[in-house]
Amino acid sequence: MELLGAIVTLIGSLFLFLGAVGIFRMPDVYNRMQAGTKATTLGSILFLIGIGVGHYECGCLGKLILLIMFIIFTNPISSNALARAAHFAGVKLTKLSVKDDLAEDGLEKGEEK
Amino acid sequence: MADLIYNIAAIIALAGIVLSFVRLILGPTAADRAVALDGMTIIAISLIVFIAYYSNRVIYLDVAIVYGLISFIGIIAIARYLERGI
Repeated sequence: MELLGAIVTLIGSLFLFLGAVGIFRMPDVYNRMQAGTKATTLGSILFLIGIGVGHYECGCLGKLILLIMFIIFTNPISSNALARAAHFAGVKLTKLSVKDDLAEDGLEKGEEK
Repeated sequence: MADLIYNIAAIIALAGIVLSFVRLILGPTAADRAVALDGMTIIAISLIVFIAYYSNRVIYLDVAIVYGLISFIGIIAIARYLERGI
């Protein structure tokens, strides 16, 4: 059981590392945000599940599940707020991008739909 | 065997924190730095949970929960500031 948890933790840490590589290497803010948020969310979920399964005799799986639910709920919200703020603050997209739906909608800065 | 794999996993996650920190220093705009800080925070929550089990202190899990709360509020505040100023 402990070995299973250790392997799940190792897979989760690989996802965390790949998310960090995405943050380091991607060309602009939006790509960095996409790579960083998705990979680190999945990686941290796997990491916490692996530790909770490997040390299940501790009896504090409830707190870990609370932490996992918290990460699932709050990470996309903060990423969405950052992407919106970066777009309205005037950060340019990279030259390789082909579509910008938010600019085509014609919303002015800070205007609600 | 299992302890060795846990330690290797923690070292790999720590390398991720170092890469994100390089982006935090280099990043051309403020949004880049905020994104790197967000990634560092998520990896740091995982490492705090690892330390809680490494040192057999369950109280550190509460530290991880509070750290996640405060980082979420901080990122939201940074996003509001970048969008329209405080």
